[in-house]
Amino acid sequence: MPDIRSILNQRILVLDGAMGTMLQRYAFTEADFRGERFRDWPSSLKGNNDLLSLTQPGAISEIHRKYLEAGADIIETNTFSSTSVGMADYGMEDLAYELNKASAALAREEADRMTRLNPNKPRFVAGSIGPTNKTASMSPDVNDPGYRAITFTQLRDAYREQVEGLLDGGADLLLVETVFDTLNAKAALFAIEEALEARGEDIPVMVSGTITDASGRTLSGQTPEAFLISVSHLPLLSVGLNCALGAKQLVPYLEVLAKRNPGAVSAHPNAGLPNAFGEYDQTPEQMGGQIREYLEKGLVNIIGGCCGTTPDHIRVLAELVKEYAPRKVEVELDSKSHPEYARGQNPKSNNRTKG
Amino acid sequence: MSGEARYLKLSGLEALVITRESNFINVGERTNVAGSRRFLRLIKEEQYEEALEVAREQVEGGAQIIDVNMDDGLIDGKKAMVTFLNLMMAEPDIARVPVMIDSSKWEILEAGLQVVQGKCVVNSISLKEGEAVFLEQARKIRRYGAAVIVMAFDEVGQADTYQRRIEIAERSYRLLTEKAGFPPEDIIFDLNIFPVATGMEEHRRNAVDFIEATRWVRENLPHCSVSGGVSNVSFSFRGNNTVREAMHSAFLYHAIRAGMNMGIVNPTLLEVYDDIPGELLTYVEDVLLDRREDATERLLEYAQTVEGAQKERTEDLTWREAPLQERITRALVKGIDAYIVADVEEARQAAEEPIEVIEGHLMTGMNVVGDLFGSGKMFLPQVVKSARVMKKAVAYLTPFIEEANAGKASAGGKAGKVLLATVKGDVHDIGKNIVSVVLACNNYEITDLGVMVPPEKILAAAREHQVDMIGLSGLITPSLDEMVFLASEMEREGMQLPLLIGGATTSKAHTAVKIDPVYNGPVVYVTDASRAVTVAGDLLNKKEGERYARSVKESYAEFREGFQKRGKAKSYLGLEAARENRLRLEWNPSDIAVPRQLGVQRLDLIDLRKLEPYIDWSPFFRAWDLHGRYPDILEDKVVGEQAKSLYADARAMLRQVIREGSLKAQAVFGLFPANTVGTDDIEIRREGAPPERFLTLRQQSGKKEGVPHLALADFIAPADTGLTDYMGGFCVTVHGAETLAAAYQDNLDDYRSILVKALADRLAEAAAEYLHREIRIRYWGYAPEETLDNAALIREAYQGIRPAPGYPACPDHLEKKTLWKVLDVENQIGVRLTESLAMWPAASVSGYYFAHPQARYFGLGKITREQVEDYAERRRIPVEEALKWLQPNLAQT
Repeated sequence: MPDIRSILNQRILVLDGAMGTMLQRYAFTEADFRGERFRDWPSSLKGNNDLLSLTQPGAISEIHRKYLEAGADIIETNTFSSTSVGMADYGMEDLAYELNKASAALAREEADRMTRLNPNKPRFVAGSIGPTNKTASMSPDVNDPGYRAITFTQLRDAYREQVEGLLDGGADLLLVETVFDTLNAKAALFAIEEALEARGEDIPVMVSGTITDASGRTLSGQTPEAFLISVSHLPLLSVGLNCALGAKQLVPYLEVLAKRNPGAVSAHPNAGLPNAFGEYDQTPEQMGGQIREYLEKGLVNIIGGCCGTTPDHIRVLAELVKEYAPRKVEVELDSKSHPEYARGQNPKSNNRTKG
Repeated sequence: MSGEARYLKLSGLEALVITRESNFINVGERTNVAGSRRFLRLIKEEQYEEALEVAREQVEGGAQIIDVNMDDGLIDGKKAMVTFLNLMMAEPDIARVPVMIDSSKWEILEAGLQVVQGKCVVNSISLKEGEAVFLEQARKIRRYGAAVIVMAFDEVGQADTYQRRIEIAERSYRLLTEKAGFPPEDIIFDLNIFPVATGMEEHRRNAVDFIEATRWVRENLPHCSVSGGVSNVSFSFRGNNTVREAMHSAFLYHAIRAGMNMGIVNPTLLEVYDDIPGELLTYVEDVLLDRREDATERLLEYAQTVEGAQKERTEDLTWREAPLQERITRALVKGIDAYIVADVEEARQAAEEPIEVIEGHLMTGMNVVGDLFGSGKMFLPQVVKSARVMKKAVAYLTPFIEEANAGKASAGGKAGKVLLATVKGDVHDIGKNIVSVVLACNNYEITDLGVMVPPEKILAAAREHQVDMIGLSGLITPSLDEMVFLASEMEREGMQLPLLIGGATTSKAHTAVKIDPVYNGPVVYVTDASRAVTVAGDLLNKKEGERYARSVKESYAEFREGFQKRGKAKSYLGLEAARENRLRLEWNPSDIAVPRQLGVQRLDLIDLRKLEPYIDWSPFFRAWDLHGRYPDILEDKVVGEQAKSLYADARAMLRQVIREGSLKAQAVFGLFPANTVGTDDIEIRREGAPPERFLTLRQQSGKKEGVPHLALADFIAPADTGLTDYMGGFCVTVHGAETLAAAYQDNLDDYRSILVKALADRLAEAAAEYLHREIRIRYWGYAPEETLDNAALIREAYQGIRPAPGYPACPDHLEKKTLWKVLDVENQIGVRLTESLAMWPAASVSGYYFAHPQARYFGLGKITREQVEDYAERRRIPVEEALKWLQPNLAQT
């Protein structure tokens, strides 16, 4: 299978759309979420979407399939919250590894099926690594601003477990996304490096931050450029933005990344801003119209959708990107030419070549 | 390959990119227990709040990186590092710059790296313990995403010659880039700045070796940086700051030219290179550059002659040495009250009459404030601070003036007398108080009658004090009518005084259309506090005043004409037709969430700490005429500095009221079975009490085909569906602001007095937001999963609304009476309604809860007299009374 890094130099790649939005259509009940295996689980499980990889795997596979059929080059595993930290809400900390492995395997199977159908368009599986529901550099207790609900090491250990599961399940890439506290992301990146080093693997890593609102900053207060600098210590496949805002609202912040990041830039915005009912009602065509601006301006190398987007949105994007050349990337995307490796002197590059 | 990729890039909340063109990067050093005794004491005593101020001063003083060091035998360094950095990260104005984590212990460095989100600098590592340790630490530092300072130190010891410096630097560089995968641009060398002029032969080349080694490193080790602690170089001259400052400047001048691009420099111990006296500069450079055998002796000799010319200072107080008037002016402009009494006393002793100090020194200073404010170079919060200084000065002088004036009539010289009042039934006074302060600053004599002032009292006071002008303020819609009434009373009494109108609900339209026609004197709508000075000045101008008043009258008449024409163009649907076109939701039992607990509940003491995340700061800034959205406003080019300072003061006050428990948030709410009866009324049922009705109003203005004419009743299941639906009501309040504000005012501190009220308002709004969330996830519980969702954290929309009577969806204030009855608000949490149905205490919010997924906010817009008559019948009040309350929403027909 060709290396995604070489494909990125040739065309704009398409990431899939929302998982949660698609799952809502199934209207799963508490019993559906539980399935047979967790019938007697002590807490409510409705809403634990990641668990559906175990209890309703058919639905997850079907959603992956729909996105692949719509033209997605990269599909994300159903693991946004699958860390022991995220699963603590359901008392399912011990399932974290299994969830990641199973979810990655589901996506792997669907991606491979599509690649076999059309080997000229290889499909990739990105292991989705969410922010967790705790923040390492902000206090949840306003009277005690020095307090932290979670430490770097706790996050690093939880992410390590997630990464091992994703890689064992067959993920091609890792996507640290919806970063609203950069310290959480740094813990994830730390865990990823440790895992890759231990496994002797070289897996491309994508990072995608979230600009919370029109303030133009992450929830933890960083500007897009400060965020970029804070995560640029690894050879990343791409840095980008997702969630919270629609395609149109992301433009000024993507422009910063496109200007400052010598590597690839990704974006997977929401389907517009939520309406008064909290729903995303931007049509595929409307979103496509706004994404066209990205392409005209040459802002991105990877494009997809977040909350509220569907296979129909992705289909429009997949058609659209065919008309445009990818944003010019200033560094060679081949990992060995990252500054660190370019010096040709890194002993680690030996054991990190993909076997 | 982008050249930019090879710059040293660091980040706090903001980016710091150090390019070839960057000026010298100044590292703040006061948050270092080894370098600052004060900081050491604060950390030992765990006075972290004050310790943070040290960091803040550094950033405000221009430090681009903050060095934090907790290496002291009596401190648990790891704990202190983590605690301090965590607290620092919660202060956006400090956390915006990158951190330099400084320790000789690896475990402290690593603990620091684990709590900072930005790209830091580690200070420092070296080859002291050999290559293995050096490489292991370097790899970890890279994995944490930090840059590193490498000391010129190896297994043998510290580099103290040119040769040793460049050897160790080169070896370190090769190891880092070749074996640890360290990007060269993330390497910063500290090449050891050692003292010169020590009298020891081997120290003579210390400075010049450093400078030459720096040049070699920058030329031969691509992309790296060079740093150092500058004050070491002048160690021999401790106590003689004239010489030290000259040495620092001269040393930096040469080191920077050689390529030193960052370092620790105490800015208060730095002379401007060009300002160093020629003779001194020669001696200093002779020493630094080792140009003469006897350089040290000559400098020592020279140093004797300038000894004692102390310039050391903790803060820059040079302004205290300026002439008296300059000091007073500066104190007023900068809002510094620490020295004003002493300065005023000095002025009083020099003056013949104490009043001259006010009319002379203080007014001269306030005129500067006024000019700066008028030209947009000062902002409202600063002016209020200036006023605080002014008040202190005047308070000090008053006894002397009274003594001098015993028997004499008081001296004049005021720009004019202004009477200010918040009208009957209204309790809001933040804006009015700001206007009061601003006018007082501009030499107006203010008679402030406070809030809820009945019209007869305003008129009586205007006569008694012989004022030149009346200013009225109001925030709620019934106040508009009060203003019209007062204007007509002024007309009836044949007054000609100018009338100024201001406050949140007032508008040019209302002033022009409703107030201006009933009064023949001048009426002027004042958009914001800063405009008040100009308007007052224009009106009282002896030459042009009348012409100005006339031109305003004419422009209002013109506006009126246009407004009435426009009003007629609009079309309205008849009430029946509007009702027929109501929003008809399909009612399924599954759309109705049964509250977990029905009836009325009270929350006695809401923890203010829980409210803080819900505070919407943007309106807070608006209250001070600083326009922009939080947090952008803090970075705004024009008002950013001011906004930051105001924000810091607000945060400090918030911490104080939390600590002291001096503001108390309370809430009462009720959830009731409810159904819509007819089309526009909602009936709620309560246990042990008769049902009550909330009357809602329906939109009537023309709409596109298919768009419904909404009333809040549309969101509740009609009785004829046979379903039981639910709705809620609430009131939240913050007690204590009035008492605190009064105490501040007694202390002549208008600034804090206004600040605490504005803060209480924000907390009340935050409490409403907080309670709404608690209702959704807990008490009603129709969205229990909201809390589990990350999306909630990043402020996604939620289900359900909490419209407030008196606001666009339900402008009818009378509804509050019903709410008060069903929730027993006054007994439960002590919030009462004034005759205009404003809530007292002013920091209160009340409203309804609707939970239907399709419930949404809308504006009622204008309604016709037909609906008002129908409403009067439903409310069982005379049509005239209904017209009075609904006047602002009545369509012109």
